[in-house]
Amino acid sequence: MSDKDSLDNMPVNEVASDSLVARFDGEVRSDTREGYEGYIVDANMLPEVASVLRDDLGYDYLSSVTGVDYIDDNHIEVVYHADQTTGGKGINLKVQLDRENPIVPTLVPIYPGADFQEREVFDMYGVKFDGHPNLRRILMWDGFHGYPLRKDWKEAYYEEDIKPFDSRWPGGGVKRSEADNPYGKNVNYPPGFDINNWTPETDDSLYESLEKTNSNGKSLHTDSIVVNIGPQHPSTHGVFRMVVALDGETITDLQPVMGYLHRNHEKIGERNTFLQNMPYTDRLDYLCSMSNNLGYALAVEQLMGADVPERAQYIRVLMAELTRISNHMWAIGFLLNDLGAFQTPALYAIRARELILDVFEATAGSRMMCNYMRFGGLARDFPDTLRGEDTVKFITDLVDNTLPKAIDELDHFLTANEIVRSRCIGVGVLPPDKAIAYSTGGPLLRASGVSYDLRTADPYSIYDRFDFNICTRSNGDVYDRYLVRVDEMRESTRICQQVMRDIPAEGEIFSGKPQYSVKVPAGESYGRVENPKGELGYYVVSTGKANPYRYHVRAPSFVNLTVLGELCKGHKVADAVVILGSIDIVLGEVDR
Amino acid sequence: MNNELSNPDIPVPSELQSAVTITSLDKIYNWGRRSSIWPMVFGLACCAIEMICTAASRFDIARFGMEVFRATPRQADLMIVSGTVTKKMVPQIVRLFNQMPEPKYVMAMGACASGGGPFKEGYNVVSGIDKFVPVDVYVPGCPPTPQALLHGLIKLQEKIDGQSLKSVRWYGQETSEAVPVPVLGPDLFDPRQHALLAQQAGQVQENTESVEK
Ligand code: SF4
Repeated sequence: MSDKDSLDNMPVNEVASDSLVARFDGEVRSDTREGYEGYIVDANMLPEVASVLRDDLGYDYLSSVTGVDYIDDNHIEVVYHADQTTGGKGINLKVQLDRENPIVPTLVPIYPGADFQEREVFDMYGVKFDGHPNLRRILMWDGFHGYPLRKDWKEAYYEEDIKPFDSRWPGGGVKRSEADNPYGKNVNYPPGFDINNWTPETDDSLYESLEKTNSNGKSLHTDSIVVNIGPQHPSTHGVFRMVVALDGETITDLQPVMGYLHRNHEKIGERNTFLQNMPYTDRLDYLCSMSNNLGYALAVEQLMGADVPERAQYIRVLMAELTRISNHMWAIGFLLNDLGAFQTPALYAIRARELILDVFEATAGSRMMCNYMRFGGLARDFPDTLRGEDTVKFITDLVDNTLPKAIDELDHFLTANEIVRSRCIGVGVLPPDKAIAYSTGGPLLRASGVSYDLRTADPYSIYDRFDFNICTRSNGDVYDRYLVRVDEMRESTRICQQVMRDIPAEGEIFSGKPQYSVKVPAGESYGRVENPKGELGYYVVSTGKANPYRYHVRAPSFVNLTVLGELCKGHKVADAVVILGSIDIVLGEVDR
Repeated sequence: MNNELSNPDIPVPSELQSAVTITSLDKIYNWGRRSSIWPMVFGLACCAIEMICTAASRFDIARFGMEVFRATPRQADLMIVSGTVTKKMVPQIVRLFNQMPEPKYVMAMGACASGGGPFKEGYNVVSGIDKFVPVDVYVPGCPPTPQALLHGLIKLQEKIDGQSLKSVRWYGQETSEAVPVPVLGPDLFDPRQHALLAQQAGQVQENTESVEK
């Protein structure tokens, strides 16, 4: 059964569709464009429709907010994807706005998880979200010229709309874009920019917007100070910056600042052919390239209706679950780093992770950037031998013995550790209703007691064939997030064991014939997987050309950060570091 | 004693060979430096993960005396630029470079740091860190494997071996200039190109004026 069939057979939520259109007659229409689904909502009715969606129809989880610039129709569309945490297929709403003056009411009061995503749409498309509490650029800096994802905005090295560019292939050869730029750099200034009459933007307004205490009336006078942690700081897990307002050592407000690794994934992705994007997905969450591949392959396969052979399905699941183990190993190792157990637990974790990387390297050819999945299968099958051993034997031994032992070892040394317990229990507590409202995902959500995991909530690939549990905990603190990760690693090894037991010994790993450029029918699709960090979604719009018209990544790390400020308020600075570590972010995915 | 160090032209009596070595000042100075390079804890992107792996269990950078990663530039000898340099980040990188005391070295790790890499065409991406600070060693790869990074470090050691106290810039007469820190405007702006930018703007102005006429 292909992924497409399995999705089509899912019960579509009829209640939702009928009642929405009936209740908002004329203001909500079904999206009838070829290859599209969902509803088109009048902009001014959006908050009302969203409340109904959340309160009456049970779509309590807003997973994704993004924009698309339909320049030929002269409108910008804002696309919302919502889900029920009880499971099932999602629903999407669209609002069409005038390109010249795009304004739409914000959804932050209804779904606080929309906060950063709306800021991103503002940053990239210039859509104004009326009533948004803090509408400023998020990935680019304040003062940057233009809205980069608009179709008529061209970057400094712009050549053509679609790759491969003629200057490289087939017509040309090697070329350096610097040579054509008057500054010899990747820059371009708006016409009429006068450097002599210009002052740079400062961060003052950001600092002023922070909530500070005043010590009036307190017996002990304390100063309110603002501290920048990052973007170059050993505890921020990459180039991430937190602006923290402190009262003594207690955090009164925290604003994450990101974009220091914004690599224009989506703009480049819209120039690439569909297949060329596959290696780019590796570089999103660069600790989880295999499952990033899977999500993107699913999104495009939905559009293409491609079949995936049995053996390939099993290998996909194996790779995705190994990725989960290696990610959680890393997350736990570095959480302990943040706690001050400098390096030692991380060394143990990395040792186990290296063995998983051996499997990736032997099969895909690269330790980290696997570029392994294709639309309709995989790039290649297992090699015959791996580190001098029979591959099947190596992997079976890994998932039966080595990894469970490594997990037990971490568990044994860390879980009952006095310092770990006293630093983690009760720190950064996230109640379940807030976890849902803020659209958090992955271990962050499940540690708060919400049993929501796409592998069972909206099953993809062949996850319905395996026996595994969704791990939850109830306190929602740093310690529970750590425990959920340990539990999930154990469940993942169980899935891997079942894969190695059931996988057909032989068979195709790719349907159809490999080709450079695939045919993708026009339409939209939202393919998603439960990545180790949460829901990873790809919103892809095709117009039938060789490249995606729109390619958006709903990155779990990015959305999970929305709640960071809330979690840290009232704690000490040192705890902010631990809370950030327990959310487990990767900047490649946060900034994209 | 260390064979690398001793000067074969000056014989040492055999009974003293285990205790005495005769060498040149350059040699012992470089030997000390090359065996204790302290890199800065400075991860930018995906390449940083491989840098951490190099420092960790299997590959063990400590074999080269380089395991002392320092979180502050003031204690670091080597900046490994491990990942994509973006416009938003480059002012900080240049500032960090300026804060490192001499002698200092820069390694561009991976395709991105060396020349922009897979994301080169992006509007927020700098085409290689050498557009702003001088680079000593380039390590190709996306990401370079730990072995490749170690090879790059060995190349850096070779470079250090070739330096002489007589000619190194940090004992010379000239003071070393700080690299001007780039500024974020409508786009990234390099203070060294101020004149060029002013001139370009002037040209645009003239062009539009002539069109208007
Ligand atoms: S060179 Fe490759 S692995 Fe390294 S930072 Fe760039 S994209 Fe990532």
